[in-house]
Amino acid sequence: MAPKGMIVIDRNLCKECHLCIQACKQGNIRPGKEFNQKGYRPVESAEGGKCTGCALCGIMCPEVAIEVYRD
Amino acid sequence: MKKIFGRPRSLKPTPTHYCPGCGHSIVHRLVAEVIDEMDMRGTSIGVPPAGCAVLAYFYFDIDMIEAPHGRGPALATGVKRVLPNHLVFSYQGDGDLAAIGTAESFHAANRGENITIIFINNAVYGMTGGQMAPTTILGQKTTTSPPGRTPLLDGYPVQMSEILAQLRGAAYIERCTVNSPPAVMKTKRAIRKAFQYQMDKRGFSMVEVLSPCPTNWKMSAVDACKWIDEVMTKEFPLGVLKDIGAKEAGKEKKS
Ligand SMILES: Cc1ncc(C[n+]2csc(CCOP(=O)(O)OP(=O)(O)O)c2C)c(N)n1
Ligand code: SF4
Ligand code: SF4
Ligand code: SF4
Repeated sequence: MAPKGMIVIDRNLCKECHLCIQACKQGNIRPGKEFNQKGYRPVESAEGGKCTGCALCGIMCPEVAIEVYRD
Repeated sequence: MKKIFGRPRSLKPTPTHYCPGCGHSIVHRLVAEVIDEMDMRGTSIGVPPAGCAVLAYFYFDIDMIEAPHGRGPALATGVKRVLPNHLVFSYQGDGDLAAIGTAESFHAANRGENITIIFINNAVYGMTGGQMAPTTILGQKTTTSPPGRTPLLDGYPVQMSEILAQLRGAAYIERCTVNSPPAVMKTKRAIRKAFQYQMDKRGFSMVEVLSPCPTNWKMSAVDACKWIDEVMTKEFPLGVLKDIGAKEAGKEKKS
């Protein structure tokens, strides 16, 4: 089944606090390895994700670095 | 797919100076979301404090007037009396509201001043390097209480919401937190209610937010959220401290 939702992470806004990883019940967000301009490693959306578009990650993100899309 | 969550219009797309996981930035977004929903972007005036939120005027896309340390409620009083149909809020830390600005906060509440205070309680002086605040928890280690706060030397944590709720001018006071998605949504509802009370001219309102300061608590952002549940809420219980609306309806409740 195709995922119902999708997130877009702004790599330059993310500060690697990982509150979104805690918030996502689908395990759809994982720590990143690449650094951004500010020296943080922005989180990544897992491939083949099971995102439901619940927006819990966005609600928790202090930097408004996550946009959530849903069918 | 449709976009269902993103940046509110009242919050500029400017990267913040806040530390990773800081509660200030979450509360900024909530205030901006509520202003958008109430369609008051052109008629809202914010009063930022001295403290980590001193640069809030860079982030909100509304009019803002900076207050000297602690004087937010006095400044907001003046603005509101001149522009009574505007939404006027002061935004204050615990050092700002519960130490240097105690008099201003207390008397704004006592006058029933028709303004809203967004009160960020992070149990320390954040901006200046994590000194003990009046709200610091007993036993909490800060740069000015290295062995942990002790009542004998430092007195007790001040519960400002409980104190201000005693005053007859206070219409609505709730203590919330932003350490989980449901808590964030609850805080947003409280801000919405406080702003609505103000627009209905019901008097003074305040939303206290127990807010993570991972940097000065010397914890990860995730642990800071846990610390709020495990330690901070024991000293500062969440819930509605005052709601004249519920009282009028004959169902004052403590949640
Ligand atoms: C009149 C005055 N006294 C002292 C200061 C120094 N000062 C700046 S911020 C601050 C305390 C900030 O703590 P808090 O209000 O808890 O806000 P936070 O930084 O934790 O958000 C102090 C004492 C000042 N700016 N102005
Ligand atoms: S929208 Fe929900 S399911 Fe999708 S990544 Fe965010 S928290 Fe996870
Ligand atoms: S909550 Fe936001 S800032 Fe924190 S790691 Fe996730 S995307 Fe980055
Ligand atoms: S010092 Fe604390 S309150 Fe200030 S920006 Fe950093 S985390 Fe936030």
